[in-house]
Amino acid sequence: MKTVTFRIWRTDTNGGGKFVDYTTEITDGLVVLDVVHKIQAAQANDLAVRWNCKAGKCGSCSAEINGMPKLMCMTRMDTLPIDKPITIEPMRAFPSIRDLVTDVSWNYRVKQKIKKFKPRKPDAEDGTWRMQQEDVDRVQEFRKCIECFLCQDVCHVLRDHHKHEEFIGPRFLVYTAALEMHPLDTEDRLPELRQAQGIGYCNITKCCTKVCPEHITITDNAIIPLKERVVDDFYDPFAWLWKKIRPQG
Amino acid sequence: MATKYEIFEYDVLVIGAGGAGLRAAIEASAAGVKVGLVCKSLLGKAHTVMAEGGMAAAMGNVDDRDNWKVHFADTMRGGQYLNNWRMAELHAKEAPARVHELEAWGAVFDRTKDGKILQRNFGGHRYPRLAHVGDRTGLELLRTLQDHGIHQGISVHMEYTVVSLLQDGGRVNGALGYDRERGRFKIFHAKAVVLATGGLGRAYRITSNSWEGTGDGVSLAYHAGAELLDMEFIQFHPTGMIWPPSVMGILVTEGVRGEGGVLRNNEGKRFMYDDIPDNYKSQTSTDPEEGWRYTQGDKNAKRPPELLTRDHVARCINREVKAGRGSPHGGVFLDISWIKEKIPNAAEHIKKKLPSMYHQFMQLANLDITKEPMEIGPTTHYAMGGIRVNGETQATNLPGLFAAGECAAGLHGANRLGGNSLSDLIVFGQRAGEFAAKFAKENSPGQIIDAQIEAAQREAMEPFDRGAQAGGSGAEGPYQVQQDLQIMMQDLVGIVRREDEMARALDGIGKLKARAAKVAVYGHCEYNPGWHTAIDLKHLLTVSEAIAVSALDRKESRGGHFREDYPDKDPAAAKYNAVISKGTNGTMQLRREPIPPLPEHLKQVIEEMK
Repeated sequence: MKTVTFRIWRTDTNGGGKFVDYTTEITDGLVVLDVVHKIQAAQANDLAVRWNCKAGKCGSCSAEINGMPKLMCMTRMDTLPIDKPITIEPMRAFPSIRDLVTDVSWNYRVKQKIKKFKPRKPDAEDGTWRMQQEDVDRVQEFRKCIECFLCQDVCHVLRDHHKHEEFIGPRFLVYTAALEMHPLDTEDRLPELRQAQGIGYCNITKCCTKVCPEHITITDNAIIPLKERVVDDFYDPFAWLWKKIRPQG
Repeated sequence: MATKYEIFEYDVLVIGAGGAGLRAAIEASAAGVKVGLVCKSLLGKAHTVMAEGGMAAAMGNVDDRDNWKVHFADTMRGGQYLNNWRMAELHAKEAPARVHELEAWGAVFDRTKDGKILQRNFGGHRYPRLAHVGDRTGLELLRTLQDHGIHQGISVHMEYTVVSLLQDGGRVNGALGYDRERGRFKIFHAKAVVLATGGLGRAYRITSNSWEGTGDGVSLAYHAGAELLDMEFIQFHPTGMIWPPSVMGILVTEGVRGEGGVLRNNEGKRFMYDDIPDNYKSQTSTDPEEGWRYTQGDKNAKRPPELLTRDHVARCINREVKAGRGSPHGGVFLDISWIKEKIPNAAEHIKKKLPSMYHQFMQLANLDITKEPMEIGPTTHYAMGGIRVNGETQATNLPGLFAAGECAAGLHGANRLGGNSLSDLIVFGQRAGEFAAKFAKENSPGQIIDAQIEAAQREAMEPFDRGAQAGGSGAEGPYQVQQDLQIMMQDLVGIVRREDEMARALDGIGKLKARAAKVAVYGHCEYNPGWHTAIDLKHLLTVSEAIAVSALDRKESRGGHFREDYPDKDPAAAKYNAVISKGTNGTMQLRREPIPPLPEHLKQVIEEMK
């Protein structure tokens, strides 16, 4: 048995909040979410925390642990120094609801604005398609995303500059990349990427890639290729000309 | 109407936004009716994301001998012939179209060499049948439905809990719920309601289910007067993580065994060879070399005994542990690392085929599955039983109420085959949506009865009243009651059952009900987890009682139900399903209902496939 102190952000009813210390005993093999639950069950029944699968697959328990955006269910206690209090805060890039729970509804509104998947005509008579594994590997990487929104939380364009109305954030750049690079998709999402969705705001600091619990190479594999596509489409004079004169269909 | 709560009006209200709920909502909205979708979590977080192995559909992409007949026969054999055969037939016939539809909506399955959807082997399926994406198939399914559904004009109410179904006369016409963020009650008035609330694993101590799996839909339906079916059949998945304690119960996909993983006891022995049931002998290999070839796609090889049905594998593990041949933390060893003897670059191969398993063990247990065996043990995984439905329409016995997915019963009989759950969601989610929309078009919504709303609201708020009476602290909270129930169900109505223990469990449930009626919660109703738990307690106690009552009545062993005092199958018990309903005096009633005889054409299919 070891003793650990969690310094947890508790909101008050006036929209403010403060850190409250909870000290508890822990056994080996626990993760941060276990300790939060232990505190909730014994010391703070009304401590609000969002969680579901407890296996890093649903992306519900996102928080900032000692200042780092992480999933509470996938952060082992033996990776944290317990000689001093461990701070547990909600994601700071989103409005607070209560304690560790934030209002992430903005993400859902953003997604709805992105044009949906539009497949080409089926390849076979029975209405099915043919794709090679190597052609879908990249898209499958993007589709690993569990929508924990930690990449949104850490992105300075959203977190520090509050460009929520002008920039869709790394999560939805990955989402768009998965659609744009889907071998069957025929939709064009580049004009809005450049304008309403603000891809230009990303200056590739790669913080999103660093915090991704699914290890998606967000910046290199999704955002940069999308930026290149936007540039090719709108700023490359040869590509522009080719688009005008190429055979259609 | 004098009610003081906000009212949402829908044609079809879907409760639950996992695979079945989303698929039902999509279908209903495509039929042109107004659809509301209510879920306890955020959209896209439902327990469906935890499904790993794949969805079963006899597309025949990998082995062209596969077709709906083989799938049907496999499902019936797995369910020990207690299945609703009409559901098993429709499921086998319609699953391929439902899977192709997912591809048309953007799902990206793993591919065969000729570019089709790849299919993998799984326990109880004769041919490679599971469409999959590595070991995160559930996430792919749920995300595909979510991303398609958000463009369908469905109104989604996230983080809402439903506390009661509303009724006008006999028919169901909506639900009372509250938003978990603010604790405000809302009325959902609807012409038809689809329950798609998933499982009830949280009635047990060791479970792969998340907090949401508290049997809400089953309990809501029961209290409204719907019948429950086959509640004794709980699937204990043989391979859950057992170490470290914080991850106890989390699933280790059957895909590990499908890719060649083997089970060993602490003597290093592959104990699954010791006990191969008679009805699977002709399909099971006794030669390890042949078993390995099977996992690598050799069509002429028979499957290794590790891929026998889940109930059997779970009991074999239980036996090894009880005999003192278990692993240090009370399980057995599951080893995939050994395949390095067979193939070059085994570590990379394992990471590619089982990425989230690699990840899960590396991160949570600090164990590299490409180098070391995993320690695993059985975990409460799936309820075969649930709300009784019509096999074609998913309608319950209450007009206006439909159910689909895990909370509905029938397809899986006494035991579910791996991979048949994801396909269940899309096949019967689609049907529930279709027929709920049809019902909504043909019926008026009926009246909202204020007294019902007031009574349900009062009951839901009682824990706060008791908290206030107790002066803000001191009275028992909901967590201890929940925990005591989970421990009791695990010990007394678990993998191996006995008459005296289950009688004790029923007695214990009575006592826990009395305690639950007194639990107090404190604070206010905004995002208050103590309160949520207090409300879940009623559901957990209801489903636990239904499980215990049904399990006590079935005096034989079959599928997910194993009786130490009746270890054999009783042919007479193969002829009925246990049906649970609420008696007029409010107590739980069980009756045995004969299974309708198989029609001739299906009888022939089963004969052909023997």
